[in-house]
Amino acid sequence: MKKYETPLLDELEKGPWPSFVKEIKRAGKTNEMANDELGQLEKSYRDRKGYWKHGGIVGVLGYGGGVIGRYSSLPEEFPKVAHFHTVRINQPSGFFYSTKALREICDIWDKYGSGLTNVHGSTGDLVLLGTTTPALEPIFAEYTSRGWDLGGSGSAMRTPSCCIGQARCEWANIDTMEICHQMTQKYQDELHRPAFPYKFKIKVAGCAVDCVAAIARADCSVIGTWKGKIAVDQDAVKWYAKNGMDIVKEIVWMCPTECMSYDGKALTIDDENCSRCMHCIAKMTKALKPTGKKGVSILIGSKAPIVVGSLLSWVVVPFMEVKPPYDDLKGLIDKIIEWWDENAKPRERIGEVIEMKGMRGFLEHIGVPPQPQQVREPRKDPFFFWTESDLKK
Amino acid sequence: MAWLTDAEAKAKRKTDIGPPHFGQFLPPVIKKNYGKWKHHERLDAGTMVHVGESGDKVFTVRVGSPRILSTETIREMLDIADKHCDGYIRFTTRNNVEFMTPDEAKVAPLKKDLKSKGYAIGGIGPRITNMVHTQGWVHCHSACTDASGLVKAIMDDVYPYFEEKELPNKVRLALACCVNMCGAVHCSDIAVVAVHRKVPVIDHTRLSNMCEIPTTIASCPTRAISPDPAKKSVKINPDKCMYCGNCFTVCPPIDIHNPENDGVAIVVGGKIGSLRTGPKFSKLAIPFFYNEPPRWPKVVAAVRNIIETYAKGAKKHERVGEWIERIGWESFFKQTKIEFTYQHIDDFTFMRDTMRNSAAFKY
Repeated sequence: MKKYETPLLDELEKGPWPSFVKEIKRAGKTNEMANDELGQLEKSYRDRKGYWKHGGIVGVLGYGGGVIGRYSSLPEEFPKVAHFHTVRINQPSGFFYSTKALREICDIWDKYGSGLTNVHGSTGDLVLLGTTTPALEPIFAEYTSRGWDLGGSGSAMRTPSCCIGQARCEWANIDTMEICHQMTQKYQDELHRPAFPYKFKIKVAGCAVDCVAAIARADCSVIGTWKGKIAVDQDAVKWYAKNGMDIVKEIVWMCPTECMSYDGKALTIDDENCSRCMHCIAKMTKALKPTGKKGVSILIGSKAPIVVGSLLSWVVVPFMEVKPPYDDLKGLIDKIIEWWDENAKPRERIGEVIEMKGMRGFLEHIGVPPQPQQVREPRKDPFFFWTESDLKK
Repeated sequence: MAWLTDAEAKAKRKTDIGPPHFGQFLPPVIKKNYGKWKHHERLDAGTMVHVGESGDKVFTVRVGSPRILSTETIREMLDIADKHCDGYIRFTTRNNVEFMTPDEAKVAPLKKDLKSKGYAIGGIGPRITNMVHTQGWVHCHSACTDASGLVKAIMDDVYPYFEEKELPNKVRLALACCVNMCGAVHCSDIAVVAVHRKVPVIDHTRLSNMCEIPTTIASCPTRAISPDPAKKSVKINPDKCMYCGNCFTVCPPIDIHNPENDGVAIVVGGKIGSLRTGPKFSKLAIPFFYNEPPRWPKVVAAVRNIIETYAKGAKKHERVGEWIERIGWESFFKQTKIEFTYQHIDDFTFMRDTMRNSAAFKY
C-alpha cells in the first residue's frame, strides 16, 4: 500500500465532530482505492482544486442510470481512483435497516468497491462511493439478487424519498413511507431508464413541518394535511403551563392567523381561521391533535438554482384524500409528468416549464380547477388572457 | 471472497424490483404502534421518547455522522444496534444515525457505549444538527470548494450547540460545493455555497471535438454564449456571464475552475417548513471568502457570528429568517457588522421584488 503524507487532512481529524478523514483513513488501511482517494484529496487541499473529471457514460445492462461515472484527472499519480464510480442503492422508505441487511450491503461493497459510502446521499439513496467499470455488473447482480435495486440518476425519475411519517411521528397525517414505496415501485421504468426532459423528484412529508424538504427540493411535493378541527386537551395545556411554557407569548402571539386565545385556564382555537401551519401542534404536541379528514396537499415545481434561479413548489392541489393503493395520486402524477414531457425543452424542470407556458395550461391538463388556496394573492397586472370558451360563459 | 463471474452475474441479476419493503426493517415496537403514536418528549439534547396510544414507548438516541462512512464504522454501529436495539438502526434525512429501544433501562448503557466509542450524541430540539452537504473535492467534478472539510470545521466550532446549548429555535446549516446545490442549501437558516467569480476559459480545440454547439449555447441562462464560426467553437460575453458553470456541465472544455478566484458565499434566513411563516429562500449575507483549507477559519468565524447575533436577538421559537424579517435586513447588517456591498443588490431575476419601496426603514 502506498503511503501518503496528509498534513492538511490530518488537521481535520481533530475536534469533537466525527471526522470524514478518519473514515477515509479507516477504509484506506485495507483498501487501495480509499487510500488513493485520500492521496488525491490531500492534493486538492494543497492546490484548492478538485481533480475529478466529468462523469462518463457507465452503467449496467438495460439501465441508463443508477451509476455515476467518475474518473480521476490524475490517473497516473492515483491509479486506484482512475475509475471511481458511484453506485446509488435505492434506500428503503424512512431509512430503516435491520443490522443483518446493512451488514450484507457492507460485505458486498468491501468486495467490489472502496469501502466508502454516503449514508445517505442528498436525494436519499444509499451511496456507494468509488468502484471500477468491470465491477458494475457483478455488483448489480449481488445486490439485486438480495432484493436491492439501483436508484435514479440523469434525466429520469429520481429516487423518491420521505420523512419517517407514521412509523414514529404523531404529526404524520398520511403514511409517507408506504406512499413513497408505492411511487418508487410504480415508476421503476422511468427511474432506471432516463427518458425525461430532465430530473423529476418526488418527496413525501407527513405534515407542514416538512422534514424531507419536499417543498424546497421536489418537483412534486406531497405534504400530509387535514381538514377539520384541532382537538384541544385542556389538561395537557395546563401541564405545559405548569412546566414553564408562556402560552400567550409562545403559542397565541406566534399564531400567524391570530386564531387562538388563552385566558389562563383554557386554550381556544377558531378553527375556521386556522391555516394548519403546525406551530402550535409542534410546540404542544401533548395537547393538540388534528381531527377530521386526512389527506395531502400537492405542490409542484421546486428546484435548486440551476439554471435561472431556485424555485419553491407552488400549491396545485390544496387537498386530496389518499388511500392505498394510491391510484388517484399515481394517476395525477402520471398526468403531471405527461404535460411536462410534452412541453419541456431538454434540461428544463417542470417548474420552469410552468413559468414559461403559464399555470393555466398545466392546471387544465391535469384537471384541477383554479382555487384561491393556490395563490398568495391574485395577479397585479391587467394583462390577462381569454380563451374562446371563457368568452362564451 | 471471489467476484461473481460474468455468467454467474448474468444468472443472478434481476431488474426493476425496486427497494425492499420497509416493513421488514421496522423494530417490533415501531411496527406495533405504526400510525398510532400519541406524543413525544425531548429528554435531552440527544434523546427523545415517543409514546403510543397503547402506552408503549420508544426511546431514540441520535448521533451525528460525517455522512462519509467507512464500512468498518457502519459495522461498529451495527454491533451497537445488535447489542442495545434488537438489531435495527435508522438514519435521518440529515444523515444522523438513530438508535431506538422500547426499554428505558437500555438507554443509559447504549449512550455509554456510544460515548466510549467516540460518537457525538445530540442535535435534537432547538439546536444545531448535522449539516446537509454535498461531495466537494472528495468526489465531484464541479466542486469549487470541499464540502466535508468545511462542514467538519464549522461543526467542530458550533459543537456546544449540538451537544447541549439551546438556541431560540433550531438552526439548520447546509453547504453546497457549487451552485448546482445538491442539498437544501437554498432554504437553510445559514448556508455556505461555493461560487466562481471569473468568466470560464474555453479550450477551442477540445470544444470543437467534444461539444454540441447548440446545446452549449442553450445551456446559458443569460444568453452570454454565442457561436464563434471561425474557431468552430463558441465565445462568451463577459458582461452577461454570471459564472454559474452550467456551460461547463454540458461542455467540459469550457473550464470554470479558477483556484485563485473560487471561494464561498454565506446565505441566511431560509427555512423549509410552513410553521408560522412559509418556506423561504436563504438570502445573501456575505458574498465571498477565499478557500482556506483545511479549516476555513474566516468562514467558521462568520457563521459563528451570525449564530451568536441571532441567539442574542431572536425571540423564542423564531427561526433566523423570522428574526431578520422582524428586525429588518438593515438591522441584520448593523447587528452582525457585515458589510453591505453591490453584490447584495439583486441584478439577476429578482430586483423588482427585492428593492425597498417603503419610505420607512431603520438606521
